Amino acid sequence: MMTLKVNGQDHQIDAEPDTPLLYVLRDDLKLNAAKFGCGLGQCGSCTVIVDGKAVLSCVTPMLLLAGKQVTTLEGLGTVAEPAPIQRAFMEEQAAQCGYCIAGMMMRAQALLQRNPKPTDEQIRAELAPHLCRCGTHMRILRAVHRASRLMDTAELSDKRSAQ
Amino acid sequence: MKKSGIIGGIFAALLIGGGVAAFAVTWRPAISAIDPPRSQTFDTAVIKHGRRLAALGNCNNCHTVRGGKNFAGGLPVPTPFGTIYSSNITPDAETGIGRWSEEAFQRAMRFGVDREGRHLYPTFPYDHFTNVSDDDDRALYAYLMTREPVHAAARENQLSFPLNQRFVVAGWKLLFLRRGALRTDPNKSAEWNRGAYLVEGLAHCGACHTPRNALGAERVNARFAGCDVDDWKAYAINAQSPSPVPWDADALYAYLRDGFHPDHGTARGPMAEVVSNLSAVPSDDVRAIAIYMADVFGAPSPERKRQGEAALAQARSSPAAAAAADSQGAALYAAACAGCHESGRPPPYGGVSLALSTTISGPDPRNLANIVLAGIRPVEGERSPIMPGFAASMSDAQIAALLNYLRSRFSAQPAWTDVDGIVAEARRTQTAFLQTTAGARNAPADPSQRDKP
Repeated sequence: MMTLKVNGQDHQIDAEPDTPLLYVLRDDLKLNAAKFGCGLGQCGSCTVIVDGKAVLSCVTPMLLLAGKQVTTLEGLGTVAEPAPIQRAFMEEQAAQCGYCIAGMMMRAQALLQRNPKPTDEQIRAELAPHLCRCGTHMRILRAVHRASRLMDTAELSDKRSAQ
Repeated sequence: MKKSGIIGGIFAALLIGGGVAAFAVTWRPAISAIDPPRSQTFDTAVIKHGRRLAALGNCNNCHTVRGGKNFAGGLPVPTPFGTIYSSNITPDAETGIGRWSEEAFQRAMRFGVDREGRHLYPTFPYDHFTNVSDDDDRALYAYLMTREPVHAAARENQLSFPLNQRFVVAGWKLLFLRRGALRTDPNKSAEWNRGAYLVEGLAHCGACHTPRNALGAERVNARFAGCDVDDWKAYAINAQSPSPVPWDADALYAYLRDGFHPDHGTARGPMAEVVSNLSAVPSDDVRAIAIYMADVFGAPSPERKRQGEAALAQARSSPAAAAAADSQGAALYAAACAGCHESGRPPPYGGVSLALSTTISGPDPRNLANIVLAGIRPVEGERSPIMPGFAASMSDAQIAALLNYLRSRFSAQPAWTDVDGIVAEARRTQTAFLQTTAGARNAPADPSQRDKP
């Protein structure tokens, strides 16, 4: 048994140390946003955030997660109250089949947390490990820029309401 | 005055004195500027030949910055003497070599002098390029002069006095530039001689794989003995090779052709770019390089052969030890690595057997740290080895524990020293690299372009 902290909650997990985080998220915790794509850490669809960094959950064994905070797409926002990154992807209609999008959003979120105003080049370089077969790359790019603007205004309104 | 200062002073005086004398001997006049030749004036077959030669010479590796235009220069080359920036070798009239005649180009390759007669720093490996033939120089010139001209002014080198005075390079040349030293050996095969011509000339393998002396020249008595290059270890590729299984010509050929050999591992770091460029080179030339280098490695001793067979046996044996996760490193290996590296799946879906990895038997863990942190990205459009990086999920302490375990389990060599320091340094340069990388390198080694000029 080990304790796994996901989206702010502690879970008691019974898994082998080499079990990939993705299996625990999907099978045990029923958090199905992160997808199984290749299982080799090459497509990006399983990406989640661990301690602020984008991590490929299909090749991250449970052994490496002791004492760490895992955030999945479910932890960012809800259908009723989507997070800025989710709103931006919807407003830009950046998903076609949508399989890669949860992973794309998580890495974009991690990028925006450390660099709130990334350039086109920085977004492209950051999202390079993610594959999209539908070809919505240009919309995804626009969505990340939009999310950057949304987060900016969200911060401003937070500051205003705090005052 | 500190001791190093006194030595530095004597050194500087010698350099300047020698430089002045050498300048008189090696001085060369300017060659008059020409109007940039139109591309139609070059024969397409010659241009095509030049394209292959440029790939063999790995020109784009130094003369192209990541995300920048091909051959436009500007890449910082750190040396113990300061930073030198690569030059623009596109046919731009103002900032490139557009006004260089073929004579000027050939002189630069042979004697390290630019069109105006100024000495070039030996980061441009003319100590090797001086061996390139007239025909090959002509083809390279034709290829470069028909590239897209890019307006990109050279960046100022960061060198301190007296090294920022180009005439001191004249002294260096008197000491280390040997034109005509490479001769055909009638006792060897034509392939061997072709390989020698390529390795010692245009391919300039020794520029990375041979250690350098205090003046930055390749050490003649330590040829191919290995060197640190661009945050990677260029391994010894002579009798001192740390490879568990001895190399032979067939293995070298397969490795240089495919970037991978099941008994040795994967070309990474700067060598990955070399192999990527070699994909555009005719197989005969790659075979010749392999034959010559196999001779440089030499026939393995019986002891070395026995070690190689032992490593192959360990690689084939059942992976029982992975289950005994009795230390942090062993537990990490079992959880994060064994799934692929002991899967028995063929590459790229399974990893190389670590008992055969040169990286793990190497003199320091730098390359291993780089790979565990950054992984191995697939080559665009090619079937190539892959590995996810663990920079975001493993701490430095975890990686150090893992590296120490891998060394003890998969190599007969003694434990590494300062693993923690090397892992921290690898992460620092890795992070810096990711922050300054604008995207994949725009390398002109697209296999679909192989038959085009």
